[in-house]
Amino acid sequence: MSEVTPLVRARRLVKSFGSFRAVDGIDFEVDRGESFGFLGPNGAGKTSTMRMVSAVSRPDSGDLSIFGLDPRVDGPKIRARIGVVPQEDTLELELSVMDNLLMFGRYFDLPKKTIRERADELLDFAQLTERAKDKCDDLSGGMKRRLTIARSLLNHPELLILDEPTTGLDPQARHLLWDRLYRLKHSGVTLVITTHYMDEAEQLCDRLVVMDKGLIVAEGPPRRLIEEHSTREVLELRFGIGESAQFEGALAPLADRLEVLPDRILLYVHDGDAALAAVHGAGLTPVSALVRRSTLEDVFLRLTGRTLVD
Amino acid sequence: MSLTLTTTEQGPGWPRWRRALYYHAAFYRQTWRASVISAFLFPILYLTSMGLGVGKLVNAHTGTVAGLSYLQFIAPALLAVAAMQLGENEAMWPVLGAVKWVRTYHAAVATPLEPEDVVTGKVAWVGIRLFMTGVVYAAIIAVFGAVVSWWGILLPLVAVLTGLAFVTPLMAYSLTLESDTSFTMIYRFLIVPMFLFSATFYPVSVYPPQLRWIVELMPLYHGVALARASAYGTGQLLAIVFHVVVLGSLVVVGLVLSRRNMRRRLVS
Repeated sequence: MSEVTPLVRARRLVKSFGSFRAVDGIDFEVDRGESFGFLGPNGAGKTSTMRMVSAVSRPDSGDLSIFGLDPRVDGPKIRARIGVVPQEDTLELELSVMDNLLMFGRYFDLPKKTIRERADELLDFAQLTERAKDKCDDLSGGMKRRLTIARSLLNHPELLILDEPTTGLDPQARHLLWDRLYRLKHSGVTLVITTHYMDEAEQLCDRLVVMDKGLIVAEGPPRRLIEEHSTREVLELRFGIGESAQFEGALAPLADRLEVLPDRILLYVHDGDAALAAVHGAGLTPVSALVRRSTLEDVFLRLTGRTLVD
Repeated sequence: MSLTLTTTEQGPGWPRWRRALYYHAAFYRQTWRASVISAFLFPILYLTSMGLGVGKLVNAHTGTVAGLSYLQFIAPALLAVAAMQLGENEAMWPVLGAVKWVRTYHAAVATPLEPEDVVTGKVAWVGIRLFMTGVVYAAIIAVFGAVVSWWGILLPLVAVLTGLAFVTPLMAYSLTLESDTSFTMIYRFLIVPMFLFSATFYPVSVYPPQLRWIVELMPLYHGVALARASAYGTGQLLAIVFHVVVLGSLVVVGLVLSRRNMRRRLVS
């Protein structure tokens, strides 16, 4: 494979279910060694896209190449070089942690000895060595997720696809998992991640696309997307219940842009503290005020008029 | 604790369906105990109760059934029934579970396996289970004196054919489902009636001639007939070929539909 060929290349990709167009003609490329994200709310078409990139489901139209191969022709060959971490764990809960790995490894036609060596190594990586003999059902949610990741690495994939890797995990389990994914990235694995958490996208992704209603609405590194589509800081103001709307007129001149949400008003400004002083100077007294940096959530709000998690 | 990812090493070179078969076998190796006990218990209980108990009454009243003791008459039929039960059991909840709840099959098709490999591997695995069950049954009914011909050596194959005639069509059906509510109906209105009316406990000649065609529509009837032909070394060649063709057709049609439905279900 030459250096210039992207690992994944998609052109005008379409996937429909009945009359519903889940993916509506998207273009993207994933380069070797990078960590690439799909950010968007539930139902944006991320999972449908992932299933095509995993060489599992076939696009209705458009061109897709993975490792320079056509998934319609070389599905098994492509999947032999991919690891998949699905949205919901698909572990055998009645079996032990170790057996889950040993049995799965055979799908890839690996020698038994190799599978055992890799299983030991991966349990160590997933910090599950002490739980090797325990029933899978007894693991916590975070441990199950790490086992699923360990399992997806048995074939030493060049491309690892993770669909919502930390959904449903507590903050500590998420950070542990992110740390493991950093390590993978450093060992040269290309990561493709979907998420509806903007902090996850910012933490893990070198580059990402923002998806909404089956379309890509923006593409770039997280910081650049924020610079392009939002201001440096955001001032969040809360007023009494149902009062927000009446202050809109007075606040508008104080910010580059204003978003009125059901529970708060967002003022997009360069300097949040200065803006807050101006708000007070105008004689307005919000119940609470918060100055923060712009995030991908603000980018999404700007591009679609909606919030990521509802 | 860094991870070195080396190039993939060469494995045993198994075809993909065989890797799916291996998965089932490895799973069974961890969970076999309960099923083995019932595999021995069911025939022994039935042969004792029906064969010896009811058989005593029957033999006292009619002497023999088609020249055989009542136990000898029902024993091969019970082998066919056991094959049907193993088949329908494996093709309902475990299949729906693997595409709906545990999603074992989803995990499999994220590897080099294709949906068709998953079907072939599963069917091959149930075929092996049916063969093993057939061997156990044949041995037990032989001990009870119900295998009177050397053709009885074919009983395990009868079990495989009879069982698979239920496995593949029911699997094709299970692959289209979202919930398991209809399984109970299948059991009540298809499996149990077949168990009772497939000339299992009395010869088909008991029915009025106008009703026999209904019995002949039941797949289990053909399995029972083959099991008897094998255990007694009797039967006309043409009739035997017909039974094999009926069961074989069910297996093939079910297999084609299962492969199609598995692809629709997993990769559409």
